[in-house]
Amino acid sequence: MANVPENLRYSKTHEWVRIEGTKATIGITDFAQGELSDIVMVEPPEIGRELNAGDAMGVIEAVKAVSDLYSPVSGKVIEVNIKLASNPETCNKDAYGEGWIVKLEMADPAEAGKLLDAAGYKEHLAAEGH
Amino acid sequence: MDMKTPFYDKIVEAGGRMVSFAGYQMSVQFEGIIPEHTKVREAVGVFDVSHMGRVEVKGPQALEFLEHLVTNEMSSLDMYQALYTVMCYPDGGIVDDLLIYRLPDHYLVVVNASNNSKDQAWMREQAKSKDTEIIDRTAEMAQLAVQGPKVEGVLSKLTSADLSGIGFYKGLEMELAGVKMFVSRTGYTGEDGFELYFPAEHAGMVWDSVFEAGSGEGIAPIGLGARDTLRLEMKYALYGNDIDKTTNPIEAGLSWVVKLDKGDFIARDVLLKVTEEKPSRRLVCLEVKGQGIPRPHDIIVADGEEVGAVTSGTFSPSLKKGIALGYVRSGYTKSDTELVVRTRRGEVTVVVVKPPFYKNASHK
Repeated sequence: MANVPENLRYSKTHEWVRIEGTKATIGITDFAQGELSDIVMVEPPEIGRELNAGDAMGVIEAVKAVSDLYSPVSGKVIEVNIKLASNPETCNKDAYGEGWIVKLEMADPAEAGKLLDAAGYKEHLAAEGH
Repeated sequence: MDMKTPFYDKIVEAGGRMVSFAGYQMSVQFEGIIPEHTKVREAVGVFDVSHMGRVEVKGPQALEFLEHLVTNEMSSLDMYQALYTVMCYPDGGIVDDLLIYRLPDHYLVVVNASNNSKDQAWMREQAKSKDTEIIDRTAEMAQLAVQGPKVEGVLSKLTSADLSGIGFYKGLEMELAGVKMFVSRTGYTGEDGFELYFPAEHAGMVWDSVFEAGSGEGIAPIGLGARDTLRLEMKYALYGNDIDKTTNPIEAGLSWVVKLDKGDFIARDVLLKVTEEKPSRRLVCLEVKGQGIPRPHDIIVADGEEVGAVTSGTFSPSLKKGIALGYVRSGYTKSDTELVVRTRRGEVTVVVVKPPFYKNASHK
């Protein structure tokens, strides 16, 4: 069973979001890293890019599959995890910690309310048959 | 409803992530594709390949029938020797790629799992006027591949037979782990390796014995994911990706299994013509320069013009970069030719290289 921390918010496309004031830190969930397995390349968005919620903002390449990374909220990219360039497997090993991918300055912090909480994400996983 | 191989319980117990593949519940991975891949390249790994089809061909005209059915030369086979070949439709398209063993009173044909029923129907159709019997042995036999540079030492602990005396693509009947079985020095990884064929009821016991024998060498179960990265690093074709009924063996780089001078066989005329006129496209090895991973169906471009498509593509755990196979129009197939692949994350520069991608494999 995939780990779903209580203190985070989630998207249906399997990103997690940690909200601190107007800043949102985003990564992929334990479920997503497990499904992709063996992540070998993470391509984050450019710093300064303006994103709308739902935009494809990056690409994650695993050995056997490629997957888009979607922005769960609207905002401007203020930081990306440069350590992933040389250690992309960190997304597998520590999905909710050192494996974070991007930080946004949120355009509308109220958008966080539209995201799933842990219970909602677990239900979503169950509904998808996982 | 998926079928289960005789190793199903052992594989679930070992932590296999089960998926539906060719009508069977199979493990796509255990520890992870990269660590499993590395185990096979450096030590030894165990693959349940019981989903493959196993077909016995026997009778007075078995040899004559097979010689007409397949493109490689059957009559040159020694006892217990294995032959890699394809069988084609009359238009030269590939029905399947096969391994055929010559055994004392029959031939054993090993076919791809996803083609098993189609292949047997095709074989029966071709055998109509021949005095030969075609018997499906898939369910009653287990097939286990043990692969990696340390394989001989590991399996030697389980048998008094001299494994070192078995050459590449040769085999022997022996008792191993207390079970009478057929063992051949074959595989799909590029590493030294053996495949074990034995009655399905002994599967659990043989599995346990092999793992016990290999415990000091870091033996590990290997899933379909690493099976694919291992074969791709060697440019071994995968039916359904790199070869199928729309491709012929000449353009697929399998001329070496097409013996045009052995006498008549299905598709000989067409394959002779393709050989003489040179194929209009060829399956080539593509290595990524820089980042990016080509994936199946990605378009291959040269000078802004489409010249082909990717059939298999992955991250190579050994080379630590993207590698791919693809059909490319003639004129762009020479080594060192630079091409562009249009991937989901943008254009990736690739270069045509000579097979295999991975040059340090241990196979004998």
